[in-house]
Amino acid sequence: MSLAAGIEFGPSLRRIRAMLLRHLYLLLGSWPRLLDLVYWPTVQMILWGFITQFLVGRSSWVAQASGVFLSAVLLWDTLFRGQLGVSLCFLEELYARHLGHLFVSPLRPAELVLANFTVSFIRVLIGVGGASLLAVPIFHFSLIGALGWALIPFFAVMMLFGWAIGLIIAGLVLRLGLGAENLAWAAIFFIQPFSAVYYPIATLPEAVRWFAWMLPSAPVFEGMRAILVENRFDAGLFGYALLILALWLIAAAVVFILLFQSARRRGLLLQSGE
Amino acid sequence: MLDDAKLLAAAPQEAMPLSGEPPAILVEGLSKRYGEVVAVEDLGFTVGRRRTVALLGPNGAGKTTTMAMLLGLLAPTSGTIRILGELMPKGRHKVLPRMNFTSPYVDLPQRLTVLQNLKVYAELYAVPRPKERIAALAAALDLEGFLNRPFGRLSAGQKTRVLLAKALINEPELLLLDEPTASLDPDTADQIRGHLEAYQARTHATVLLASHNMGEVERLAHHVLMLKQGRLVDQGSPADLLARYGRDDLEEVFLDIARDRRRPDGRESA
Repeated sequence: MSLAAGIEFGPSLRRIRAMLLRHLYLLLGSWPRLLDLVYWPTVQMILWGFITQFLVGRSSWVAQASGVFLSAVLLWDTLFRGQLGVSLCFLEELYARHLGHLFVSPLRPAELVLANFTVSFIRVLIGVGGASLLAVPIFHFSLIGALGWALIPFFAVMMLFGWAIGLIIAGLVLRLGLGAENLAWAAIFFIQPFSAVYYPIATLPEAVRWFAWMLPSAPVFEGMRAILVENRFDAGLFGYALLILALWLIAAAVVFILLFQSARRRGLLLQSGE
Repeated sequence: MLDDAKLLAAAPQEAMPLSGEPPAILVEGLSKRYGEVVAVEDLGFTVGRRRTVALLGPNGAGKTTTMAMLLGLLAPTSGTIRILGELMPKGRHKVLPRMNFTSPYVDLPQRLTVLQNLKVYAELYAVPRPKERIAALAAALDLEGFLNRPFGRLSAGQKTRVLLAKALINEPELLLLDEPTASLDPDTADQIRGHLEAYQARTHATVLLASHNMGEVERLAHHVLMLKQGRLVDQGSPADLLARYGRDDLEEVFLDIARDRRRPDGRESA
């Protein structure tokens, strides 16, 4: 009789915790990795902080809502770091030629995904949270002070959208191997211009505005500007963001499952690695 | 000229269990094709409980592909697999906690220490009293001197012992070993074989072993499955194969089959 515990149905918290432990050992055992988490969000925050200081005396729009760029860059980084956190968890397993062991263990793909989402959340808290805290002494800017309670739903939508994109990229990496590695770093920047991070959707050419409205990030940034410029929370806009987000999450889950099944058919789960 | 299929049918099959419990592995009509390429063709065999069975064959014979399908890592094109009585891959989550696997082609995270890796796998397999289990494995496999060293900084022999510890962490009823002593020096390889013998004797686990080391197979295996070009071409106990091919060691039998030199009745091939 083996030592393993009896058969369980549904996700196991113990197995999710095991995968969390695996990534925390890696993260906490390396100060360069920890530093890297905070470094880029902080650099971005400082850059946009100075741009804001420069523009605040020259633009009445910026003067009216001086936190608009800093809020935007920190929310955008939540999306980017959320996606990167999920994609990198899968890449780490590929680099280590480790997937074969994981997929013959009792760990289920859904548990692996949930663990990677949790790791991504921790990475965002450290990275974007750290940069947000540093913005207080450097630019006297508080993200919570600027957006109030609306920060929580905005943060959640950006994080979940990042996970959806991260899951699609993870599926592509499983199916295509490390040849698709660059997607983890670059793919999200394709949607940045259409997400209307630093300008209203109306700034985009009319022919591509439909695409902006297909992204949950665009209505979130519109909603953020509504709070900062007009001092109002646009519930309709946020409801629309939730609807589009739900569609993205469903599509990401379907794409990941199809790519995972394809990888299993082709024997790529055992042969993964460089 | 004798018919290959008749010879194979006449070859001694792996003994079926008497207790009525399902065999550890039951494979019927298993095939795997990648487009035009046939990796495994119409494979059928049984591995009884508490047996050590070796899967032999030249490179590209389909050994790793077969193991991957048994583990549920690879979807077969056709055929059925039952592991510990459960239909795969449908029942994989029922049997995966009761089995384990190691291969030189799959690693553990390089930057995690040996202890951290074993802790993660003890959690994944929900091993009761993981500290005690890891301590026992570390003592048995002589890992104590490098438990706190990153896996990536170990020698090939140390890595193989750690991978074996990972494969034994849940004390599996079914252990699948893909080339467990590949690239090891004779002393380390002998130690690994000793550990496997001791484990099998203590737990009565079933072991399926893919190996290119014929001495290892003669020492460990009760039964041998010979694969060639994705097909099962012969099987029997090591002693039975030696007798039927009229050879003194399994390496000669292996070459007879790989090079079509001699037939199972001991006659030279035309």
